[in-house]
Amino acid sequence: MNGKQPLLEVKHLKKYFKTAGGADVKAVDDVSFTIYKGETLGMVGESGCGKTTCGRTAMGVYPRTGGEVLFDGKDVHKMKGAEYLAFTRRAQIIYQDPYASLDPRMTVADIIAEGIDIHHLAKNKQERAARVYELLEMVGLNKEHANRFAHEFSGGQRQRIGIARSLALNPEFIMCDEPISALDVSIQAQIVNLLVKLQKEMGLTYLFIAHDLAMVKHISDRIAVMYLGTLVELAESGRLYENPLHPYTQALLSAIPIPDPDVEHSRSRIRLEGEIPSPIDPPPGCRLQGRCPRVCDKCRRELPPLREVEPGHFVACHLV
Amino acid sequence: MTETILEIKDLRVSYDTYAGEVQSVRGISFDVKKGETVAIVGESGCGKSVTAKSIMQLIAKPGRIKEGSSIVFDGRNVLKMSKKELRAYRGSDCAMIFQDALTSLDPTMRVGKQIAEVLTIHGKCPKKEAAEKAVDLLRRVGIPNAELRAKEYPHQFSGGMRQRAMIATALAGDPKLLIADEPTTALDVTIQAQIIDLMKELQQKTGAAIVLITHDLGVVADIADRICVMYSGKIVERGASADIFYRPKHPYTVSLLKAVPRLDLTNKQTLATIDGTPPDLLAPPAGCPFSTRCKYCMPVCKEEMPGATAFGNGHEASCWLHDPRAPKVEGLFCETKEACR
Repeated sequence: MNGKQPLLEVKHLKKYFKTAGGADVKAVDDVSFTIYKGETLGMVGESGCGKTTCGRTAMGVYPRTGGEVLFDGKDVHKMKGAEYLAFTRRAQIIYQDPYASLDPRMTVADIIAEGIDIHHLAKNKQERAARVYELLEMVGLNKEHANRFAHEFSGGQRQRIGIARSLALNPEFIMCDEPISALDVSIQAQIVNLLVKLQKEMGLTYLFIAHDLAMVKHISDRIAVMYLGTLVELAESGRLYENPLHPYTQALLSAIPIPDPDVEHSRSRIRLEGEIPSPIDPPPGCRLQGRCPRVCDKCRRELPPLREVEPGHFVACHLV
Repeated sequence: MTETILEIKDLRVSYDTYAGEVQSVRGISFDVKKGETVAIVGESGCGKSVTAKSIMQLIAKPGRIKEGSSIVFDGRNVLKMSKKELRAYRGSDCAMIFQDALTSLDPTMRVGKQIAEVLTIHGKCPKKEAAEKAVDLLRRVGIPNAELRAKEYPHQFSGGMRQRAMIATALAGDPKLLIADEPTTALDVTIQAQIIDLMKELQQKTGAAIVLITHDLGVVADIADRICVMYSGKIVERGASADIFYRPKHPYTVSLLKAVPRLDLTNKQTLATIDGTPPDLLAPPAGCPFSTRCKYCMPVCKEEMPGATAFGNGHEASCWLHDPRAPKVEGLFCETKEACR
């Protein structure tokens, strides 16, 4: 597709969890998308829509229920042993909570170098230490920080440690799972700028999962919108904002407050009534039907497939 | 001139910890007029929630409100109230909406009963009537099947519903002042929009004043009449909503506004950042608290806290750059709306 090489292809991916009662929680239900080399795909949606589960299943952290995930042409879920280990060198994760995702009993150097140790990438102690210092500097910390523990750092600094850890193996692909949600506004900008800078320098590919659409629009080339386990719209990020086609995307965009009183007072909101239904036994047909202002009979019967309505703009809605 | 309902003067709150005295709020003053919405904006740890709790007299040990502080509600000093007076004041004159509805509602009590409790405790009506009113309040905050829902427990409610139930509880006493501490932070955006709309609608009907505590500048733009920007225990800038957004006069406010990407604009490739982190309130700096992170820091900033400079219409900022002796800084303070973005 116009010279772009796919790096991660997700095809009809499904992930169901069993509840104690034996019912299926359809966290991810038939989601397909492709991430090309060097781009940032943003994934947005409200809590519980399955965006994190989708990302983790795509990374092979959770076994899949159906569908397939191809990383550079190879099925992630069929990789075993050495092959999977090789995959983890190329694909890494940055987690949401910088407080929970760093081991409190390890020093920063050990946290960052854990992957280096597992993959035996350092020949000796000096080489390992040199690499740790290099990584610390890359993310805006310094080598004095190496022998400290995670609790000695602020949230933003911890997130930098998490980023350094994910960079240690020189990966090609990083899944950023809400990397800035736990941080203050002034710190968020620091981390986002760092991620953008690292991408330019190292040619990284990102899957950027977040619920803050403004930030996602800022950092992403393309954006995928999820609702209740399904992908409802996927488009180039500027296009998605200018011309959202799915009623959910439209409502989501209009619900986001804009820090400008005049704009806020003059614009009107598309209100979605009610709340997200449970992913256990979701409604048949379109997942949004109970809340959609434009619902019709067909929406209640059939789940709309994701179609390409204009080049590069995919939407799952009967009415478009 | 509209009447002032709440007046805070030189409020200082400290927490005594093993490490020493943490000075959370360091001498702030502001007032709230009847029927208006005042927003207190700031990052975590800047003392905004502590301020909210102080208004309700909810500061518990090891925290203490220091000598010399004054909080006057409708002519009465809240800090000098007896326990009995406080009981009457809380819930009936002044009510609070907390950030986390699940931990703020009683998990062992049916939602309807919690709301009715406010009415019976304040002796506003007998039990039976209170139960009916509770259902009515739930209906007013937009909860469907209110009769049935009133008999349920908080854990049976979703996040947005719980927040609505808490708003109903707060409104039960028909308060003149509503303090909302991050009321939408734990909610998703579409639900946040519903709750903000509800708060605006209820304010129009009841005429209650609102003190809104938040870190979200977007929410503030929508609802606030006036804004106080807090930074490490001090109010660094205050003014009408339009003044703060379009004519910010403090470097912190300017940076904060530029650090958020705008959904409706094409953003620049790199966001403006504020380097470093806020100061430690165990040993707050003698000068301007923002001096360590400020690009325009001068020697005097580190030594002495600047006084407030007034710009008219109640717009004030505490920054040495506004001192006549300070050098002119080009391109920091924008005069037009467009330049601020």
